[in-house]
Amino acid sequence: MRSEMLRDPVLSRPRPRAVTPYKKSLAEWLYLPLFGGLMVTLRHFVRNLIKGPRYTIEYPEKRRDYSHRFRGHHILTSRPDGSLRCVACFLCATACPADCIKIESGEHPDVNIEKYPVVYEIDMLRCVFCGYCVDACPEEAIIMSNNYDMAYFHRDQSKVGKNDLMKPYTFDPSQLGYRPHYPEEDAQRAKMRREAFNLVQAAREAGATEVAS
Amino acid sequence: MSDAIRSANDTVANNTVAHDDSVFGAEEMELNFGPQHPSTHGVLRLKLKVDGERIVDCYPIIGYLHRGTEKLFELNPFFQNVPHTDRMDYVAAATNNLAYVGAVEKLIGLTVPPRASYIRVLLCELQRISSHLLWLATHAIDIGAMTPFFYCFRERELVLDLFEQYCGARLTLNCMRPGGQPFDLPHGWVDTCREFLELFPAKIDEYENLLTNNRIWKKRTIGIGVLSPEVAVEYGITGPMLRASGIDFDLRKAMPYEIYDQVDFEVPLAENGDTYDRYLVRMEEMRQATRILEQCLDQLPEGALMAKKARVLKAPKGGEVYHGIEGPKGEIGFYIVGDGKPIPHRCHVRAPSFINLQSLPELVSNHMIADLVAIIGTTDIVLGEVDR
Ligand code: SF4
Ligand code: SF4
Repeated sequence: MRSEMLRDPVLSRPRPRAVTPYKKSLAEWLYLPLFGGLMVTLRHFVRNLIKGPRYTIEYPEKRRDYSHRFRGHHILTSRPDGSLRCVACFLCATACPADCIKIESGEHPDVNIEKYPVVYEIDMLRCVFCGYCVDACPEEAIIMSNNYDMAYFHRDQSKVGKNDLMKPYTFDPSQLGYRPHYPEEDAQRAKMRREAFNLVQAAREAGATEVAS
Repeated sequence: MSDAIRSANDTVANNTVAHDDSVFGAEEMELNFGPQHPSTHGVLRLKLKVDGERIVDCYPIIGYLHRGTEKLFELNPFFQNVPHTDRMDYVAAATNNLAYVGAVEKLIGLTVPPRASYIRVLLCELQRISSHLLWLATHAIDIGAMTPFFYCFRERELVLDLFEQYCGARLTLNCMRPGGQPFDLPHGWVDTCREFLELFPAKIDEYENLLTNNRIWKKRTIGIGVLSPEVAVEYGITGPMLRASGIDFDLRKAMPYEIYDQVDFEVPLAENGDTYDRYLVRMEEMRQATRILEQCLDQLPEGALMAKKARVLKAPKGGEVYHGIEGPKGEIGFYIVGDGKPIPHRCHVRAPSFINLQSLPELVSNHMIADLVAIIGTTDIVLGEVDR
């Protein structure tokens, strides 16, 4: 087996058997590169003393600013009248790779809605925060927030029910995370399109016959 | 393992020490290293036979982190397995994702649109940088250099921020789907990425300033854990470890996937195959990754993100496929067998850490215990991937 491999043109090239032994150059013998390294740390030390940037965050007081795609604690969104938007279609529970969504459906008084979840529980300790439930939902009923501190005293507390999923974050748009549509991003794109359009328009009005595309 | 197989293995690897845990020399004793030792990078247990400080034999015992991922793959539809691949090599989730979705696409016959390909390569090269930064940080701290740890984590944070802005998670990305990319780059991402790429080469110089010519670092790494090219090939070692032994094999060049044939980069090589050379190769790989990223950002086309595909992906009956890509640690590949259902019939992972770990007994024999720590660091294993 070995001889076969050695016939391989790449492998049969002569190559050093032993490692080139370590020989100190004069500079290394005088420890000069070490001082170069020390200068790096010293430079950082002085710079950090005088001005920032600080790379650490004093966590519980200050919080990291996550983007609007962060996959954190789930939110169940509600209709204007305050009832859940979820229609208990079980798509999220089917898409969930961790099998952690528990839904029990009941009949909704409004015939157009048909169903609503009597029980909607997510086991936060099983959840892998993949976001598939958000992708699956046809009603935009489940989205994610950028809340990431989930700590529990008991395992049963980790099964978060309907009320807790609805309650705390729904009303603060700055705390929303992963969700199907990003109004601010769409707005930004629309703004860019509008600006480009205005430029073209202005160029046309200035009498340019051809607009460079 | 039966004695016959064991002795056959020893002949193949030309291993002078037999893995016999019952025979001891006069001054020899057994020492358990791990599984809770901080420098085993996870839950690796090593049964060492030592003669004083000198290691005579080493026997890795793995499986403490086994979660049955390969079996889990057989229970879920294709797209649901992507989050499971994140958790194998948890410091290089993007490359795991790409290997898996690439295999599924090959099996089903999907062509990924160019923009999605570019985004994938962007993510994978960022992942290579972040994985190598984590390797450098932990490797240096194992050997006793504290400072690089902080600097590496500082830059790794920037990479993780880029990931977080793209897909909403920092480690377990889940950022690819069979057939393309689930979402577009967010507004301003390209600029943030360019800022990072402008600043990063200077930071690599900074790490090199600290380590490359450092006399202590050289003494701790040169000539330690020498892997000769023949042995490396026999063990099936891939990635920076193989290239540090002087063998020019990189899947990005050898079998280009995605758009690697459209970017210009070099594959760094070294010749000695010791710990120091592996360090140099990985440092250079980070520089090359920066180059690839810059080119990708320049060339980034517009267009669709998802290939046209059926709503439910079904594997062809009797179809089987192997797709390997160059991850930060070596060749990561998925072997998937389909049987006409929307779930894989069988899935096997070629995990680079697992295969690179096999060379550990070869690397450490006749070294000191302190060098063992350096050698575990240089193999760059992630136990989540070794045990799966
Ligand atoms: S984020 Fe993923 S794991 Fe968590 S509930 Fe949703 S689908 Fe399930
Ligand atoms: S997919 Fe949406 S509507 Fe359907 S059960 Fe889940 S949360 Fe409710």
